[in-house]
Amino acid sequence: MSVSGDLRDLYQDLILDHTRKPRNFHDLPRANRRAEGHNPLCGDRISLALDVQEDRIREAAFEGSGCAISVASASMLTEAVAGKSVDEARRLLGAFLTQTAGSPSAAGGPEVELGKLAAFAGVREFPMRVKCATLAWRALEAALAGGEPAVRTE
Amino acid sequence: MSPASAMMETAEERIDAPAYDLDAVRAEFPILAETVRGRPLAYLDNAATTQKPEPVIAAVADCYRHGYANVARGVHALAERATLAYEEARAKVARFLGAEASEEIVFVRGTTEAINLAAGSWGRANVKAGDEILITELEHHANILPWQRLCEEVGARLVVAPIDERGEVPLEGIAARLSPRTRLAAVAHVSNVLGTLLPIREIATLVHDTGALLLVDGPQAAPHLAIDVRALGCDFYAFSGHKAYGPSGIGALWARREILAAMPPWQTGGGIVHKVAFTGTEYAEPPTRFEPGTPHLEGALGLAAAIDFIEALGRPIIAAWEKTLTERALDRLSDVPGLRLLGTPRERASLVSFVLPGIHPHDVATILDGEGIAVRVGHLCAQPLMARLGVPAVVRASFALYNTLDEVETLAAGLAKAREVFR
Repeated sequence: MSVSGDLRDLYQDLILDHTRKPRNFHDLPRANRRAEGHNPLCGDRISLALDVQEDRIREAAFEGSGCAISVASASMLTEAVAGKSVDEARRLLGAFLTQTAGSPSAAGGPEVELGKLAAFAGVREFPMRVKCATLAWRALEAALAGGEPAVRTE
Repeated sequence: MSPASAMMETAEERIDAPAYDLDAVRAEFPILAETVRGRPLAYLDNAATTQKPEPVIAAVADCYRHGYANVARGVHALAERATLAYEEARAKVARFLGAEASEEIVFVRGTTEAINLAAGSWGRANVKAGDEILITELEHHANILPWQRLCEEVGARLVVAPIDERGEVPLEGIAARLSPRTRLAAVAHVSNVLGTLLPIREIATLVHDTGALLLVDGPQAAPHLAIDVRALGCDFYAFSGHKAYGPSGIGALWARREILAAMPPWQTGGGIVHKVAFTGTEYAEPPTRFEPGTPHLEGALGLAAAIDFIEALGRPIIAAWEKTLTERALDRLSDVPGLRLLGTPRERASLVSFVLPGIHPHDVATILDGEGIAVRVGHLCAQPLMARLGVPAVVRASFALYNTLDEVETLAAGLAKAREVFR
């Protein structure tokens, strides 16, 4: 059975694939930047770990539990930021938040290519679910800022 | 046996329609004719809040159109009308709960404010360092936090009676945790997560035997079961209008007259005094003492209209129908592979909570929403209970007098769809 109408925009095949098989879903012992995202509304908890060397993200991984959207978003985040410079990751973050949450960001902009992350554009039509999609990205923001102990998206 | 259980057992076991005209009753609720995402609305989030019938909407509108003035202040015609109507509403709430007198009803914003009032006034005056307050493991945050905070402030101890595997609160667990230091037990009448109906009368006996008082957190019970606070034997009872088809922002705290009479004011301000001087103030009698500021007149009138609406149908008749809906839902849920039902209490009110394996409750709710079905998901303001159950969140379907068996079938079909999407 397929998802009908608007729901197909939310639960795209790419997103469901990452929900079922999250990538980089493990601890990263050599990580030097960490942050945790917590959504008290739904109990979602994402721990993001980055290995940053010479201003470049060598590897990103995550652990935790959450809904389909928050897990897929974290999974795709880890793929998207690996290999990027901290500055590039920040611009990607800005562009993702602009696309998904509609929050204008000075850092992001139309020139940043979202690629596969465009799959989350449909989340905007579900205001109650936007925070699920942005949870891991808020953790990325905190981790790049030096690692806040925990961020919340509620 | 509690009045509620007696009522449930005398209700017909298998009915396929309520003893009232369901279509006619549904027509009284304009919002039920709405479509959601192109589907007819199936509103199964009644434990969060209920929809409003025409008489309630009319009562609020008529108040603004014909009878609005400040209560208990002026002497002009409108002020007189407003004051009398407000006090009539109070008398109606008193009868609804089986209170001895109107003066035992304090209007508040809702159950949360009612419990905060009890904690802030009675609690601060009566709970001292080393004392104990007993709650249960299944409480809503609204019946945990006011007591936890009071305990922290005065150096008292919060004691928690456990639930068992069914999601019931065994009386032995309560008895074992009552002590000569217990000042108050505060328990839900019906669990907002598990649906468990607690044996209030038996709990009241245990609590009173130790010399403590009993507060009952009642918003999940009052719209569904006939409530008689004197028969229940409790000392405080709190409920919310908005879960009983009335407006939000209005509810009531009932307490026995002598308890209220000995309680100091909580919030202070205009309208609650006999005499004010800079050297000291003489406060009014209850319930006026606890209602400073301009009261929520239209809320009280809407609540009175909601009570009339409920009473016209009859709570035992409503309960019988809600029981049918709940049993059908339990039947359908038992057919869903892997579904974990949270709580299997022997006496259950009209709600069911569950989780589906491998599918987060928020995703279940979004899929159901696409089918026009409104359910609640999340921790349901009961995080300690979630921790006990070992889940971060649940899906809850809760039924009201206007729900249909077709809506239960729609829910079952929606769950099948969720399983398909996340296969």
